[in-house]
Amino acid sequence: MILFLLYYIEPLASPNSIVRYHFSLPALPHACLLAIAGLCLAVAGCGEHEAPRKANGGDPARGQRLMAHYQCTACHAIPEVPGAVGDVGPPLEQFGLRSYIAGGIPNTADNLTRWLDNPQAVKPGTAMPDLGVSPEEARHMAAYLYTLR
Amino acid sequence: MTTLMNTPLQSVLHPASPDAGIIAQFAWVLFGGGAVIFIAVMALMALGLRRDARPAAARWWIAGAGIALPVVVLSALLVWSTWRSADLSPQTSRGAMAIGVTAKMWWWEVRYRDPASGREFASANEIRIPAGRPVYLGLTSTDVIHSLWVPSLNGKMDTVPGRVTGLTLHADKPGVYRGQCAEYCGEQHARMALHVVAMAPAEFERWLANEAQPAPTPKDALLERGRAAFLEQRCQSCHTIRGVAEGARLGPDLTHIGGRTHIAAGTLRNHRGTLAGWIADPQAIKPGARMPAALDIDADTLHALAAYLEQLK
Repeated sequence: MILFLLYYIEPLASPNSIVRYHFSLPALPHACLLAIAGLCLAVAGCGEHEAPRKANGGDPARGQRLMAHYQCTACHAIPEVPGAVGDVGPPLEQFGLRSYIAGGIPNTADNLTRWLDNPQAVKPGTAMPDLGVSPEEARHMAAYLYTLR
Repeated sequence: MTTLMNTPLQSVLHPASPDAGIIAQFAWVLFGGGAVIFIAVMALMALGLRRDARPAAARWWIAGAGIALPVVVLSALLVWSTWRSADLSPQTSRGAMAIGVTAKMWWWEVRYRDPASGREFASANEIRIPAGRPVYLGLTSTDVIHSLWVPSLNGKMDTVPGRVTGLTLHADKPGVYRGQCAEYCGEQHARMALHVVAMAPAEFERWLANEAQPAPTPKDALLERGRAAFLEQRCQSCHTIRGVAEGARLGPDLTHIGGRTHIAAGTLRNHRGTLAGWIADPQAIKPGARMPAALDIDADTLHALAAYLEQLK
C-alpha cells in the first residue's frame, strides 16, 4: 500500500528526474492509479471499521453460560466455552464474521436466533438437533456468538 | 437437573457421609497442626537471623524440639487417629446392600440385584444408592488397575483385575456426588468419572424396580425408527438394551440410559443433543475410547436414534 503510494507520488514530485525513468511503469494513467489506491484503502478499512452485528440486545455473558449449559461443545469447538470438544459440526471461532449460517441463510441476528431456537424448523433435515432452547435463550446465545470475531 | 446444578460437585471440603466427615476431620487437624509447627519454625528462624542473636543452647533445643516434641505430638496423633478410625464404616457387605462395580477403560459398569426376581442387571457410570443406610460396593476391574474415589462420600479404593475390593458408601442425605478414577489408567483417565445419586429410600426402591424392567417399547414412528437404527448400526455388538438385544457387555448397558444424568463416563450431560454428538463422533470428544464413530448415518436417523435413547428411562 505505502509502496504503491510512493510509486505514485514520486514521479509527480520530480517529473524530469532519473527516478521517473528508473520506475519505467508510468504507463498507467494517474486516474487509474488513484482508483486502485482508493480501492486499497477501502478494502483495508473493511477489517477495522465493519459495524459489529447486533443481536437484539441479548446478554453475551449469559449466552456463553447457556452454551456451556446446553453442551454445544459436544459438536462445536467454541472459544471460551468449557467442555469436552467435539468436531461433528463446524467450529464457531470468528462466528461474528461469517456471512451465512447453515450453509446459506444470511447471518443476521433474527435468523441466528430462529436457528438456535429450532434448527429443524429453519432447515429440515439438518444434523443440528432441536434442544428446546427458548427464543429468549437463543437471543442471548446469538449475542455471545457475535462477540466471536 | 436442579439438584445436579446446586450440589457442590466433587469436593473433599463438603463431606456428605460419616466416613467422609472423619476423613475431613483428620485432614483439618493435620493441616492445623502443620500450620502451627510451620509458623513456630519460621518465628524461630526470624529470631535466629536477628543481628544481635545470641548462640542458642543447642543440646536443649535438639532434645526438646527435635526429639521430645515430635515424640509427644506424633504419639498423640497416633492414639487419636487410631481411636477415631474405629468409627469408620467396616468395608463389608454384611448388613449392607451390595452393588457390583467393574471399572473398565474408561467407564464403570454398575450391577444391581433385582430384589423381586433375584436377577442381576447392569447400568453404567452412575451408582444409585438409598440415602441414610450403608451400601457396599464390590469393586473389580477387567483390564488395568483403576481406583474409585467419591470424595464427598469416602476415601479411594483401588479396583484390581482378578480381585474384589470393597468400599462402603453411606450418604447422609439425597444428592448427587461426583467421583472419578483416581489411578492413572491410560489415555482417557481424566474422562473416567461417575456420579453417585443418593435417593430417598422409597424413591430408590421405585427406581430399582423400574430399572430391572426391560426397555420401554417405542411409542411413535420416530422412536421406532430410532430402535431400528440401533440394530441397523450394529450398536448391539457392544451394547445391550434389554428387551431389544441382549448379551453384549463390551460397552455400557443402554436399557435405561435416558434416566442417567451423564453420558461417556461423566463427560457430557445427557440429552438428545449430546447423545447425537457422541454417536456421530466419540473419538473427537474422548480420543481412544473403544467406541467408533458412526460413519454412514444421515441426520434424520441420527436424531431418531438419539431421541430413542433419550426416552429409555
